[in-house]
Amino acid sequence: MVSNAPAHRPQAAGLPTPMLPQPFQIQRVSQETPDTFTLVLQPASGTAPFCFLPGQFNMLYAFGVGEVPISISGDPAHTQILVHTIRAVGTVTKAIQKLKPGRVLGVRGPFGSHWPVAEAAGHDIVIVVGGLGLAPLRPAIYQILAHRAEYGNFELIVGARTPADLLYHKELERWRGRFDFRVHVTVDSASPAWRNNVGVVTTLIPRARFDPWQTAALVCGPGVMMRFTVQELLQRGVKPENIYISMERNMQCGIGLCGHCQLGPYFICKDGPVFAFDQIEKWFALREI
Amino acid sequence: MYDGLAAAADLPRGWTDEQEAGSFRLKPQGNQAFFGCTVGQHSWKTFLLPPRTKLWQAERQGHGVEIVPHQEQTPKFAFIGVRPCDLHAIAVQDRVFLEGPYVDPVYQARRRLAFIVAVNCTRAGGTCFCASMGTGPQATTGFDLALTEILHGLEHYFLVEVGSDQGAEVLQEVPHKPATTAVQTLANKLIQETTAHMGRHLDSDGLKELLYRHYDHPRWDEVASRCLTCGNCTLVCPTCFCNAIEDVTDLTGEHAERWRRWDVCFNVDHSYIHGGSIRTSAKARYRQWLIHKLATWIDQFGCSGCVGCGRCITWCPVGIDITAEVRAIRESEKEE
Repeated sequence: MVSNAPAHRPQAAGLPTPMLPQPFQIQRVSQETPDTFTLVLQPASGTAPFCFLPGQFNMLYAFGVGEVPISISGDPAHTQILVHTIRAVGTVTKAIQKLKPGRVLGVRGPFGSHWPVAEAAGHDIVIVVGGLGLAPLRPAIYQILAHRAEYGNFELIVGARTPADLLYHKELERWRGRFDFRVHVTVDSASPAWRNNVGVVTTLIPRARFDPWQTAALVCGPGVMMRFTVQELLQRGVKPENIYISMERNMQCGIGLCGHCQLGPYFICKDGPVFAFDQIEKWFALREI
Repeated sequence: MYDGLAAAADLPRGWTDEQEAGSFRLKPQGNQAFFGCTVGQHSWKTFLLPPRTKLWQAERQGHGVEIVPHQEQTPKFAFIGVRPCDLHAIAVQDRVFLEGPYVDPVYQARRRLAFIVAVNCTRAGGTCFCASMGTGPQATTGFDLALTEILHGLEHYFLVEVGSDQGAEVLQEVPHKPATTAVQTLANKLIQETTAHMGRHLDSDGLKELLYRHYDHPRWDEVASRCLTCGNCTLVCPTCFCNAIEDVTDLTGEHAERWRRWDVCFNVDHSYIHGGSIRTSAKARYRQWLIHKLATWIDQFGCSGCVGCGRCITWCPVGIDITAEVRAIRESEKEE
C-alpha cells in the first residue's frame, strides 16, 4: 500500500505568509504546442531554493490581471529554478503568455498533496497521461528516473489529440531511447506521416507490463480520460488505493480557506490535487458535485 | 443589525422581532428589556471576517514588481449581546480559519482581540432551532461574560456568568453581588422555557449519513424550482466562509491591489474552471450549500456548519426552510 497522506505536505516554505506572492523572473520561454508554453523562473532577488514535491502546484500572479493555479513541471532535484508549463486558455494565462524573459511573475506555493513517488518504491510504476496531464507528472518521472533502481517495471503512456499537441516531444524522444523504462505514445488523430499509435490511451494499457498487485498507477488528464483509464487499470487488477489521480477545481486561495475547490468533503487545494482513487471514488462518479 | 454602540441607550430597548420564513418584523414588546431581539441579518463574521479586505498592494518597478502586504491597525472589538448560536458560529469559524494547516492572519488578529459578552436566550425566535443543533439557548463556553436578562415583576436585572479572567476584571467595574439560588433557578426556568418554544426543529440524528445517501433525491429538483440562487442565505449565515480573490489595477497600470470579498456558492462563477462551471444547475448549487453546511462540513472540520440560528430561513426571499428540506428527505426514506 502506498500513501501520500497529508502528513507529508510541507508548508509553503520560506514565504512570510502563503497569501503573499514572491516575485520570480522569467529566464526562458519555450513554445510546446500552438497554445502551450513552458516558463523557467528564478527568484527575482536572492537564491533561496524552491523545494516542492511532484504533483504540487503554485499560484501564478500576472501583475494587475489575476492569479491561476498551475502545477509545477520541473525537476524537484533542481531547486534553483522553477518550471511551469501553461496552456493559454483564459485572461490570466494569456497575459502570462505575453511576458518576455526578464519580466516578473508573482508566485505563491508550493501547495497541495503530491504523487506518492518515494512511497511507491518497490512497486512497478504505470503513468498514464492525456494532453496537458504530462506537465504535473513530469516531476514524478524525473524523480523515478533519478532513483530508477528502487522501482520495478516503469511504463509511461502518453496520449494527445494530435502529434502537434504532444508536450516535451524532444524529451519524449530521448526517453524512448532509454532501456530502463518504456514510453508508449498515442494520438487521437494524425496524418499518414505519423508512425506511432492512433487511438485513446486506454488501448495501450493492456500492452503495458506490470504486476497489478505490486503497481502504483499515476493518472492525469481530462476527466473522461481519467475515468476510462481508472476503469481499465481496475480491470487489470490494480488496487483502487494504488491508483492516483489529480483533480482540478476553481482555486483562489490555495490554502483551503476560500471554499471554491470543494469536492464533497475535500478541498482540492489542500487535501488534493492528488488523491488515491479509493479516497474519492464516491465523489468522482457524481455529476455537478 | 450589529453596529457601533456609544452607550447602553443605543441598544434596541423595548423592541422585539417576529420572524418567519421570508419575513422579519420589528415591534415594540411592551417591556424595557435591552435584549428583546433575537438575531437579525448581521452576524459577528462581519467584524471578524470583513466583507471586503485589502490583502496587499503592488507597484510596477521597471520590469519588476514590488508586492507589499496591507498593514491594518487591527480593530479591537467588544461584542455585546452575542447569542449562544452565534458563540458556536464563532467557534465554527475558529476551526475553519485558525486550526490549519493554514491560518488566516486577518481573522486571527481580530479574533484574538475580541471581548465577548454573550446573552442567553429567554425567548426563541420563529425560525430558531438551536436546541436541535445543541448550540443554545444557553451559552456554555466561548465568552468573557454571559448575561441572562431577567424581568421579574417590577425587577429588571442581569444574572452574570464569568467566562474568563478578562471578563472578571470587567465585572469588577460594574456594581454586582453574588446571585441567590432563587435568581439562578429563575434564569434556568426562563432558558428551559425557551428550549420548549423553539420555532423550528431539525432532526440531526445521523444527518450526515442521511444526506450522503441522497445526492440524487428528487427533492433537490423541487427546491431548485423555488430557489432564486440569490445567495442571501450564505451572506446571513454566521458560518459561511467562502471568499473570492479580486485583483484590481488603476488606470496607469502601475499600481495593483488584491482584495478579498465574501463569495457565494450560489453564483455560477463559484465553480468556474476554464471551459465552464462545474455546478451550473440551481439544483447542484443548492445541494452543495445544504450538504456542505450539514454533512461535508463535519468531515472537513469535525463539527456541523449549522448552528440553528434560523437566519437562512428568515432572510430567504422565497422562504425556503432548511429544516423542511431535511425533513422532506428524511420522511421520503420512511415511506420507502
